[in-house]
Amino acid sequence: MTVVPSLAVLQSGVLDPQGPVAASQRLILFNASVIMAAVIVPVIVLTLAVAWWFRAGNRRARRRPDWAYSGPLEVLVWSVPLLVILFLGGIAWIGSHELDPRRPLASEVAPLDIEVVSLDWKWLFILPRAGVASVNHLVVPVGRPLRFHLTSTTVMNSFLVPQLGSQIYTMAGMTTELNLRADRAGVYPGLSAQFSGDGFSDMRFEVEAVSEEAFAGWLAATAAEGRPLDAEALRLLERPGTTGRERYRVALPDLFGSLVRRHGHGAMPGMAASASAPSHPSHSPHAASP
Amino acid sequence: MSLLGKLSWSALPLGQPIALAAGAMVVLTALSVLALVTWKGWWPVLWRDWITSVDHKRIGVMYVVLALVMLLRGFVDALMMRSQLALAAAGAPGFLPPEHYNQIFSAHGTIMVFFVSMTFMVGLMNFVVPLQIGARDMAFPVLNSVSFWLTAAGVLLMNLSLVVGEFARTGWLVYPPLSELAFSPQVGVDYYLWALQIAGVGTLLSGINLTTTILKLRARGMGYSRMPIFCWTALASNLLIIAAFPILTATFAMLLLDRYLGFHFFTNELGGNAMMYVNLIWAWGHPEVYILILPAFGVFSEVIATFAGKPLFGYRSMAIATMAICLLSFMVWLHHFFTMGASADVNGFFGVMTMIIAVPTGVKVFNWLFTLYGGTIRFSVPLLWSLGFMVTFVIGGMTGVLLAIPPVDFQVHNSLFLVAHFHNVIIGGVLFGAFAGYNHWFPKAFGFTLHEGWGRASFGCWVVGFYLAFMPLYLLGLMGATRRMQHYDERGWQPLMVVAWVGAVVILAGIACTIVQLVVSIRTRDRRRDRTGDPWNGRTLEWSVASPPPAWNFDSPVVVNGRDAFWTVKNGQEPEVVDASFATTAAAAPSPGRAGHGDGADAGDPAAGARPEPSVTVPPPSAVGVVIAFFAVAFGFGMVWHIGWLALAGGLGIVATVLRFSWLEREEIVVAPEALARSAMARPAPGGAA
Repeated sequence: MTVVPSLAVLQSGVLDPQGPVAASQRLILFNASVIMAAVIVPVIVLTLAVAWWFRAGNRRARRRPDWAYSGPLEVLVWSVPLLVILFLGGIAWIGSHELDPRRPLASEVAPLDIEVVSLDWKWLFILPRAGVASVNHLVVPVGRPLRFHLTSTTVMNSFLVPQLGSQIYTMAGMTTELNLRADRAGVYPGLSAQFSGDGFSDMRFEVEAVSEEAFAGWLAATAAEGRPLDAEALRLLERPGTTGRERYRVALPDLFGSLVRRHGHGAMPGMAASASAPSHPSHSPHAASP
Repeated sequence: MSLLGKLSWSALPLGQPIALAAGAMVVLTALSVLALVTWKGWWPVLWRDWITSVDHKRIGVMYVVLALVMLLRGFVDALMMRSQLALAAAGAPGFLPPEHYNQIFSAHGTIMVFFVSMTFMVGLMNFVVPLQIGARDMAFPVLNSVSFWLTAAGVLLMNLSLVVGEFARTGWLVYPPLSELAFSPQVGVDYYLWALQIAGVGTLLSGINLTTTILKLRARGMGYSRMPIFCWTALASNLLIIAAFPILTATFAMLLLDRYLGFHFFTNELGGNAMMYVNLIWAWGHPEVYILILPAFGVFSEVIATFAGKPLFGYRSMAIATMAICLLSFMVWLHHFFTMGASADVNGFFGVMTMIIAVPTGVKVFNWLFTLYGGTIRFSVPLLWSLGFMVTFVIGGMTGVLLAIPPVDFQVHNSLFLVAHFHNVIIGGVLFGAFAGYNHWFPKAFGFTLHEGWGRASFGCWVVGFYLAFMPLYLLGLMGATRRMQHYDERGWQPLMVVAWVGAVVILAGIACTIVQLVVSIRTRDRRRDRTGDPWNGRTLEWSVASPPPAWNFDSPVVVNGRDAFWTVKNGQEPEVVDASFATTAAAAPSPGRAGHGDGADAGDPAAGARPEPSVTVPPPSAVGVVIAFFAVAFGFGMVWHIGWLALAGGLGIVATVLRFSWLEREEIVVAPEALARSAMARPAPGGAA
């Protein structure tokens, strides 16, 4: 274990962002850390220095054994944290809106829709427009906004590609939404960040960001060579267990929508689909796949 | 269904060597303790003076002992997890298969939160609060015993899962749908739910008891603005218990209905919604962390003021900050799941609310700093823990604020960064506070001080071990490592994982030092007797009585004339209200006046002094707590394994015991005047200790 590889290891996760979302998150992380460090480092130093200076054995220390109140200091101790928090609160509020997972990324190109399904214990990625799907391996074009629609057919999971940005939960009967983009070609590890059972640690996948041409080539190859994702293939996929990478051409109509509706609140007798979660539009069942 | 429900020989971990060894160790330890007690003939004493005791001091001690024992169990789990992760890199399987590893991290979290942190803090409050407010005992002494024994019943039930069956494999908050029958058909989740339901009732009763005690039993003259700050934090913490624990009980009850009777509160099917569970569990869960940390803040406030030889700086700010935290803690729960898809407005609101809590907390840190300023500081063990806390906790506070920024949380939610953060505040805050309080009040409880050297060694190991174990996890979290993984592919993470393992081993040394400290102190107790009742030159009323205090705490009713009630009397400062001063009342032999249990402290009692009553009374021991706990374990075990007759018998047993106790005529024990006089003689006059 030498120092050099240890430092190289730091170039991963959010510390090495490869898209606009992760880059903004790293910036906020660093800014907020520096702002707070400006307060807490002096507090730590003062705590140790004051305690040492006023040690019982120090004859030079001036004791003030009854000093227990000071109006100006009271104002100070309430206002310093308050000001710091006002500032950071602003960052939180603005950041929460600007990096809202549902917010589309500004771009001249139309986003690529990707449907994500967490299974026990694997990830199914569906590219509905191209009619192809893959397991534990997602190929995306560099520079194009990626619009994810996510659900689960089983327990809760959380979809996360640290170098691209935010995570979001996947839940049965509901869809969540996430917008990301890869700015550089590369292979980025992804994972589930919400414990989901015995195979959880193997719910890893890779996002491979490639050029538009390579992406088109991959789509064509998958459509031609992929196994059909039909009812039987789906049944095998849904059996609890881990698996490697797979490629499919989708042979079921509206696959994602039907998986959502399987547990969907819309399926409840007497309850309209839109009424299930009126205040959370993204949680309502996925209306229709493009 | 058979006579034994789902229970069969296959429930014993005969095929799993590690689980079998752990189970066997627990059984052997328990058996050898029982054998020792029997062989030494300690049962009568144990039964009379401890198991059936309703004395708040003894119950407090039993809570702390329980917490320390569970700390050992919880730490063994931690060491196993750290060892697994130090090994299981890049394809290596480690030594714990997922189905076992998942139980370990679930048990570790459950034990450390409910049965170590919580139990330790409740124990300290039990012991200290009545003494600090000048009361003879808690408001409801028998209920206090019931609370303790229900907690112990929960502990026993949970540890039974180590030997018979298995524990939950779902994480310490058993999120559905994973914890539903469809995905967790085994008994693990049931053990979790029943153990915590039973212990939770005990916690709620204890919260009611302590709140009532603080509100109603304060000594004459002790208005709220004269209450020691530890009592303020205890009040806030227990108000939170009363408000939050019913949510937990109701949430678990719904999950139990799902699992036992096919309801659909949180299932994937038929309109169930797991998001509801996640909201409810954190509506309890966030206040819970303040239930733990507020009493610890109180301990640090007392310790810092005492060892700086100064009054607490900004007392009023401290009390206001405490109550502000108490209120705000109910308005931030959503920050535990920013990633569940709420709108930007909702996430933003809860992010800002969360940060606002940092304001009163920051105020406290500054006030502790100013309390140190100008003091005459003695670096005794309790103060070391407090300084360690101040330095460590602000780091945890900072990472907490980072996590409260939704876009940052989108990255590090559920990562090892989060794991590092909450260990930073729970170890650096609650556990350091527990050890500060343990070293501070030990001489009050047992009449001799703890060994300084071993105490320092323990502190040193814990601090160094903590930083080694958890600072790497912050980094790993930023690098993309998530929590609860049993193995990982990245070889580059392994060096940091090994550092964290070394940290855990150093903490192990710290725990060993704590045990050695206790043993050495007991063996040399004759040399370290505290004959003054006031070994630290304390400020509050608990130091005005003998160590250990008599069962009735105060020989005669206490009158308080200011803040730091004992300090002002000791130092002969003129109290602000000239009344029958504490000094004269306390020094007198049994004085006329209504001194019955609890009532003696009742401020403004019109009968006080008017009707001469001869003596002090204490409540008799009661077996009702331990009997209820016995039936509660039977009930819980019966429910876990679907053994109908056992559950029914346990349930009926509880009801019958409560009814029997309710109609029992119990005479309070009158303390003989000679005993009172002896006690008054044994205790030095106030002022003599200064």
